[in-house]
Amino acid sequence: MNSFAGFVIKEFKQIYRDKRTLTVLFGMPVIMMILFGFAIRNEISNAEIGILDRSKDEVTHQIIQKLEATDAFQVRAYLQDVNEIEALFREGDIKEVVVFEANFRQKLVREQRADIQIITDATNPNLANLVQSYTANIIQDYVKALNSEDQIEQAGIMPKVRMMYNPELRSVNLFVPGLIAVILMLVSTLMTSISITREKEMGNMEILLVSPLKPYHIIIGKVLPYLVLSVVNVITILILAIFVFQVPFEGSYLLFFAEAGLFTLTALALGVFISSVASDQQTAMMISLAGLLLPTVLLSGFIFPVQSMPEVLQWISHIIPAKWFLIIVRGIMLKGSELLMVWKETLILIGMTVFFIALSLKKFKVRLQ
Amino acid sequence: MKSTIVVEINNVSKSFRQLKALKQVSFAVEEGELFGVIGPDGAGKTTLFRLINTLLIPDEGTLSVLGYDTVNEYKQIRPLLGYMPGKFSLYQDLTVEENLQFFASVFGTSVASNYELIKPIYHQLEPFKNRLSGALSGGMKQKLALSCALIHKPKLLLLDEPTTGVDAVSRKEFWDMLKMLKQEGISIIVSTPYMDEANLCDRVALIQKGSILQIDTPTSVVNGFTKPLLGVKASNTYQLLKALKSFPGSDSVHPFGEYVHYTEKDGEPDPKVLQDYLEQQGLQNVQIKLMDPAIEDRFMDLMHTAEEV
Repeated sequence: MNSFAGFVIKEFKQIYRDKRTLTVLFGMPVIMMILFGFAIRNEISNAEIGILDRSKDEVTHQIIQKLEATDAFQVRAYLQDVNEIEALFREGDIKEVVVFEANFRQKLVREQRADIQIITDATNPNLANLVQSYTANIIQDYVKALNSEDQIEQAGIMPKVRMMYNPELRSVNLFVPGLIAVILMLVSTLMTSISITREKEMGNMEILLVSPLKPYHIIIGKVLPYLVLSVVNVITILILAIFVFQVPFEGSYLLFFAEAGLFTLTALALGVFISSVASDQQTAMMISLAGLLLPTVLLSGFIFPVQSMPEVLQWISHIIPAKWFLIIVRGIMLKGSELLMVWKETLILIGMTVFFIALSLKKFKVRLQ
Repeated sequence: MKSTIVVEINNVSKSFRQLKALKQVSFAVEEGELFGVIGPDGAGKTTLFRLINTLLIPDEGTLSVLGYDTVNEYKQIRPLLGYMPGKFSLYQDLTVEENLQFFASVFGTSVASNYELIKPIYHQLEPFKNRLSGALSGGMKQKLALSCALIHKPKLLLLDEPTTGVDAVSRKEFWDMLKMLKQEGISIIVSTPYMDEANLCDRVALIQKGSILQIDTPTSVVNGFTKPLLGVKASNTYQLLKALKSFPGSDSVHPFGEYVHYTEKDGEPDPKVLQDYLEQQGLQNVQIKLMDPAIEDRFMDLMHTAEEV
């Protein structure tokens, strides 16, 4: 049997024997998917809002009713004066105050435009953003209905916001691509770096180095099983996303899998690179978790939008592979992007992968020093 | 038959940052020899092995293994070596048989083609061939590791502390196997912190703090110890050690097993005078006998002299 085949068989056997890790690796995507899908939601439900209605006419009443009718909002206070707004926010429970200007309907009919002011508590910017867009959406729906029913020409009550691609603002749609990135980072980067450093720690690397195995044999042999595992995990997440959470999939599956494969390679290359720097499993794990997984979760746009970060962090986010992968996958899944629309991001990922593979091949020593 | 040199080491030094692991080491190992490297932990044994197996490059000096230079021709050397690192622990999650098969395949051979060589060692393990190697006893693990190191019929076997942490019976069995491999014509370099194993080697190098103290056959090493040696025993060893050290003219006092080994600075100690002195010091059941020096006595002696210089 040739030495490379022997090495790969051994790797698969070892992974297969380690039932606990295997359960975690296969179970994690499912558990995370369910957690993110059901428990950790960015949707608003029962957000408490206040209303300052200076007009108190038919139109404003209807809009307020619309707002109340959704599960998203719960009108908790009706204000009489602008000065009360600040005090209300200070209490802390109110997320938003909607202000209708005086003579709302009159203005709407006569001048074809009327203003609504939406004031949000931006201590939680994500929530504020969400609440605001949600409100705008509801108002817009109303205006649309108004236009068709009452034939009022282009009644313009509008904060000009439209939510494309994810009109219900379902967070699961956004989480799925991020989740794929995190899982791939965990399986590929963390597991590969641990598996290679384990050989070093147990002293077996000395024998492998003395053996006729070439450095790239060892690296590919280590990486191959995790590549297979990653593909299985991506498929699991995709099936759950589409069939359990009804996440839309607009683009091409072929492109999706090609990009996912590319990102897996990036993650594996990173794992190999980490193992060439770290001398034991502990260090490898720390680097993978603190140095890669955390930034992937926090800075890639997975949970917090990159645009709302300070500029420094936005710069840092550029060097995080997951950020580019997220742009690509969100594009493919939600917008139906084709390669032409994501080629720049794809090129960046390819560049990163080549860079790390070259670096680790160079750093992988044929000796101990 | 003319003997040839398999390993030649010339003035080799190696440092790790501030630590001088090896200082100006030179020696040669002949073909078919069972060569022992004896020294305490931290003496530089492992560094020496890693220099020989090409995993480390010397700071100074040259090493030639099986006629090849370890720096430039490491690719020719590596397939000819059978190496068992000190830390080597096999793959605990693979079975005995799988471990052996793995090392056979990695070295481009099969278990069947070299079975004859490892048979005497491996047949003891065969009843457990489906057991995970992590579940083997220490002695069994070392036998399996030896089988794995031998599976590609190496010309030179490098064993770094193969018997450390192994019980006495397994240690003896292990050395019996080494003797048998020597008969097969394989040159072996083995390191050990156990002095008693030195007698089983053809030649030994005594190493301490990165320097070689002496290289010779075990008998000659022991013969280098010329002072008369007394073995002293009493019911309280700690008190005995203190008393012996305070005795006028006392030179070396080392506890080895049952007896405390004792020499005097000038010539022959008088057991009777010593016995009286010790009993005066309040020690009971004092027994004194003349002893044959062993290799550890010589080692302590050499170490002592090296430190004085």
